Amino acid sequence: MKFVDEFRAPELINKAADEIRRLADPSRHYRLMEVCGGHTHAIYRFGLKDILPENIELIHGPGCPVCVLPMGRIDDGLSMAQDPNVIFTAFGDMMRVPGMNGSPLEHKARGMDVRIVYSPTDAIKIAQANPDRHVMFFSIGFETTAPSTALTLKRAKSLGLANFSIFCNHVTIIPAIRAILDSPDMRLDGFIGPGHVSTVIGCRPYEWIAANEKKPIVVSGFEPLDILQSIVMLLRQLKNGEARVENQYKRVVPWEGNRAALAAMAEVFQLRPFFEWRGLGFISQSALRIRDTYAEWDAEQRFNVPGLRVTDPKAAQCGEVLKGVLKPAQCKLFGNECTPEHPIGALMVSSEGSCAAYFNYEHRKTAMLTNISASA
Amino acid sequence: MATAVTSKIRFHEPQIEMAHGAGGKASRRLIEGLFVPLLCESSTGILGDAAHIQLDGVRVGITTDGFVVKPLSFPGGSIGELAINGTVNDLAVSGVKAEAIVVTYILEAGLPTEILEAEVRAMAKAAKKAGVIIAGGDTKVVEHGKADGMYISTAGIGRTIPGVTIDPASVRPGDKVLLSGPVGDHGITILLARGELDLEADLTSDTRSVLPLVEALVKAAGPGVRWMRDPTRGGMATSLNELARDCRLGVALYEDDVPVRDTVRGACELLGLDPFHIANEGQFLAVVAPELAEAGLQALRATPGGENASLIGEIREQPAGSVLALTRYGASRIVDMLVGDPLPRIC
Repeated sequence: MKFVDEFRAPELINKAADEIRRLADPSRHYRLMEVCGGHTHAIYRFGLKDILPENIELIHGPGCPVCVLPMGRIDDGLSMAQDPNVIFTAFGDMMRVPGMNGSPLEHKARGMDVRIVYSPTDAIKIAQANPDRHVMFFSIGFETTAPSTALTLKRAKSLGLANFSIFCNHVTIIPAIRAILDSPDMRLDGFIGPGHVSTVIGCRPYEWIAANEKKPIVVSGFEPLDILQSIVMLLRQLKNGEARVENQYKRVVPWEGNRAALAAMAEVFQLRPFFEWRGLGFISQSALRIRDTYAEWDAEQRFNVPGLRVTDPKAAQCGEVLKGVLKPAQCKLFGNECTPEHPIGALMVSSEGSCAAYFNYEHRKTAMLTNISASA
Repeated sequence: MATAVTSKIRFHEPQIEMAHGAGGKASRRLIEGLFVPLLCESSTGILGDAAHIQLDGVRVGITTDGFVVKPLSFPGGSIGELAINGTVNDLAVSGVKAEAIVVTYILEAGLPTEILEAEVRAMAKAAKKAGVIIAGGDTKVVEHGKADGMYISTAGIGRTIPGVTIDPASVRPGDKVLLSGPVGDHGITILLARGELDLEADLTSDTRSVLPLVEALVKAAGPGVRWMRDPTRGGMATSLNELARDCRLGVALYEDDVPVRDTVRGACELLGLDPFHIANEGQFLAVVAPELAEAGLQALRATPGGENASLIGEIREQPAGSVLALTRYGASRIVDMLVGDPLPRIC
């Protein structure tokens, strides 16, 4: 398959792995953060830890939109859909995220009209097909999905669609990276930069990380070879004492980003003064709200949103895992009370969540290897 | 007595979710936690695709299956054809040649006769092709708005194929895992046929009887065939995990040797699905002793429809109870059972 197979070719992967071993200083421990949940998933899915030297530690970052959303927002969204006239629509990865009284899917089993859509424009189609009901789309994501929400709002406005609204939960990536860098318990050597977000925002917004924080950052693709190549580029910079923004994902990411997408976002969204993130707390100017010119399609303005603040279960350490302070398996609930089937925290639900990725692809393997070495 | 049985119930979930019908972990919890304790005095063999019973000294296989696929027809097949092939296949991979099937139709008031007739014709055709008779049936009609047109339930019975015993306990480290052909065609075809995605691909369901392939394998490698399963809901990953759990051994999967069509891979890449979790309706997996694996593979490949059969893995001591996919670049990952239900009502 084109654009996939060449980035999974064993000979190229082995070559990149050799280069990593050559560049990594054996007396040094490297802590590299992959910001994006898509990278976390790929790292486990492709078993990349098996081929990296032990002194290269990958720290999972906050770039999983489902994971960073505090539980109260799910309950807010579901509370609007308690009205039987409302159809609740969302992407599939929201469906199993636990709220205080269960996930959207559990609400569906109890009779709520909950539908999975693959694009917000599908939610518009549902609204057109059900003119006497109200369709709410639970929008979520970083700058990756915000442009499609923006275009959907513009379309709803141009159609004059009265029975449609969006519950906006979009967040932005830069403030989250800043919060990570500001956290005192975090020592990082460099960043594997987000790929999909950067197709929209480009590479410039990361320049302060290199200039002020003196950390290298390489915007990376999602195939095994992409990630290994990005690690090679980071190690080269570290070896030469450099801190620059580099773009490994040139086949998709333009340095300046996507101007049309940014313009659509600017027309429809404005920054919220602050927004709560799971694990990172309130971060100022870190999330988007719908502008008043689109108020008619803003679920938060149309409905009475309770604004619930629900704290995560006490024993769950989602916040620490999100910040990269704890590894998934170090959380007290991991694999016991909290599994992909019975998730307590969103990190165990989303395909981009580090706990789900670790549980699905890695942890029994690790346990098994530990057992073998213990018995040897 | 009743208390003793009740105390064995381990299924305490408050309500049934779609995942309980998806064939993965939740289905297993429901069956083992509720059905087995209440319905079966001894649970041995209950979780296979078919049950073996003795009738006047003759060993027969019996199975039942329900079909709720949406839409009713799709490229390469339809609910009627699926009902016959699914029943024949459950028996075939249990080492049984289907002889007779009985059918229950649950029909929605308002279903156009033309659609019903087409499905009944499809069943007759599939039965003839599979060499099985439809020996009887029952018809129920429910109110308009229920049953989405039609549901079909079947029961099938047949004689055991001589020369083969299916028993996960006989699986040994070193045994080889064979797969009859590419995986994921059925599930992805259904997904695309629903038209909810703006995706089109030249793909058809793999629904067919696997009996000719099973017979060819048994003829060539009968004494070495230890286990077979048709990986329907939950896909190949779920079937292999059940095997690993039942035989308390590990399954090492050579990821790059598993045949998957490019269209299926492409759709899975786009949608974030794993082809190993996607349902099949015309494939089967077999564990064969190492000395007979090659003969079995060649026999499958020489049978029409088995050209893409492949050796995709082997049984190892570790990781006991799990499936580990190995890549050509020296990395590995755990392949788990399906969790949740990404594609409901696939068959």
